[in-house]
Amino acid sequence: MHMADALLSPAVGGTLWAAAAGTIAYCAKKVQHDLDDRTIPLMGVLGAFIFAAQMINFTIPATGSSGHLGGGMILAILLGPQAAVLTMASVLTVQALFFADGGLLALGCNIVNLGVLPCCLAYPLLYKPLAGKGKNPLRIAIGATLAGIVGLQLGALGVVFETTLSGIAALPLSTFLWVMLPIHLAIGLVEGLVTTAVISFVGKARPEILELSATARPLGKLSLTKVLIGLAVAATITGGVLSWFASSLPDGLEWSIEQTTGRETLAAPEKGLHPILAALQEKTAFLPAYSFRANGQEPIAREKTPPSWPAVDTGTTVSGLVGGGLTLLLAVGLGFLFRKRGAIR
Amino acid sequence: MANIESAFLDLSALDTLAARDSGVHRLDPRLKVLTAAAFVVCVVSFDKYVVAAMLPFGLFLSLIMALAGIPAQFVLKKLALVSPFALLVGLFNPVFDQHPLLSLGPVVVSGGWLSLLSLLLRFWLTAGAVLILIATTGFNGVCMALERIGMPTLFAVQLLLLYRYLFVLMEEGRRLYRARALRSFAGRGMGMKTVGHLLGGLLLRTLDRAQRIHRAMRCRGFDGTIRTSRPPRLTGRDLLVGVLAALLLIAMRTVDCTLLLGRWLTGLVT
Repeated sequence: MHMADALLSPAVGGTLWAAAAGTIAYCAKKVQHDLDDRTIPLMGVLGAFIFAAQMINFTIPATGSSGHLGGGMILAILLGPQAAVLTMASVLTVQALFFADGGLLALGCNIVNLGVLPCCLAYPLLYKPLAGKGKNPLRIAIGATLAGIVGLQLGALGVVFETTLSGIAALPLSTFLWVMLPIHLAIGLVEGLVTTAVISFVGKARPEILELSATARPLGKLSLTKVLIGLAVAATITGGVLSWFASSLPDGLEWSIEQTTGRETLAAPEKGLHPILAALQEKTAFLPAYSFRANGQEPIAREKTPPSWPAVDTGTTVSGLVGGGLTLLLAVGLGFLFRKRGAIR
Repeated sequence: MANIESAFLDLSALDTLAARDSGVHRLDPRLKVLTAAAFVVCVVSFDKYVVAAMLPFGLFLSLIMALAGIPAQFVLKKLALVSPFALLVGLFNPVFDQHPLLSLGPVVVSGGWLSLLSLLLRFWLTAGAVLILIATTGFNGVCMALERIGMPTLFAVQLLLLYRYLFVLMEEGRRLYRARALRSFAGRGMGMKTVGHLLGGLLLRTLDRAQRIHRAMRCRGFDGTIRTSRPPRLTGRDLLVGVLAALLLIAMRTVDCTLLLGRWLTGLVT
């Protein structure tokens, strides 16, 4: 499942962007050093293959619904984790740009959820030890299925935490988890089974491909720790930089960042922040009717007692509606105006 | 990506749009990428109950679409097709968040409905910005811009290769899909087993293709980088447009133009 820009706050999106960018830079360096230039076209074409494979959907037994391949695990098995992360990231970039699956800011989240987590965690920790050298079909089947399930569960967890930390959707964490995890358990199982089917087909038809990819690959473990450390460092730095901005320049944009990072890193002293945020908000608010509620945005505060809010200003509401309607009209009118002109020319 | 035919058509349609010529198309790709990123960050940084103040951003997109000659129906249709996920996640906002926020006479709007509306608006604006970026810049332009901004070269090469072979492999996938559909009666053969074999076959062909491509590229002197013939240069016009766009974005982010406009209009009436 792709994360969308609309569900993200700038701080969460920025942090994951930094993490994804760091991982890509590391993987690109690693691939350029360790692998021969044969891999470069292979990665590109396999990325296109993932697209084609995603289009061929299939019916899922016992449900009647249809599903399609995600692809991260197949890529990891064929290319190794680093090259797979790069390929998956390029697939996700194309999806974000052309199909509006995800978005610019959410790209970082999607690369981490669907690329880094399955390829750098599920693959080396589950598939590699379970499947071994890639000669025993049963071991490959077990490894691919388990790694597929765990990889997707991790991705779903990522989506849930990123959404909850951003605080745009009001869905409580537990409910969201209960919805996402079982669905992705089923999807992961299907993904694992299809991956197994494809890999075993390739293993039967051209066993040398799997053997090659199982041996001609750098040690997964060492690089994995480096990736994780890199991720952690990137996240910490971004978080730190963003919160520093927030404290030194408290205007509208930074205020919202501060609110999020404040919640992200300091879960306990939310109450202490409230009055400060409220004061800041009053200074920076252009829509008082919206803004006073924003202080109660934290789920905990909302569940307790709603703050005694000032009287709702009907005048502001009307102004907002009138102005909004006119802006929309302008937008539509602009389109028509230019279309007419274009048609005449 | 629900429908194979429509996905293919979408790709070609965006590619055709990007090949057009207009003032927006001619701008430096880097500028457009940076503006799109700033646009998304501005929209996303609004408080979750804000609706009206975000509307000028829609006006901004509409202006660019008009200047670049991108048909609105195309963008709107694509946005409608991909909205369900955002809608699904936001649908629970009205359930969990029922504090009254706005009142219009006897009608009271709860925070949940406002935040749902805000979420949908954000989704349309951010996704629309990306679509418009690609429809005015083209994929190669975006890749080159990203590389110049600091993306690893290997990754840029990756993206370009993927895009180049996307059309080829999608065509192959489409053929497989159609062949299977023609031979399938009452849903037989649509299961996972057949798909395993189909995809396996496609994968083997893909691997062979990659090998052929690699040989062809080696013959032509490929050493791991793709060179472009003309490096893009920033002109004075680009800089001017960039500064204007930045000022506009900052103004729209800090001043609630919708409210000001509404106040002015209601002031005129009363």
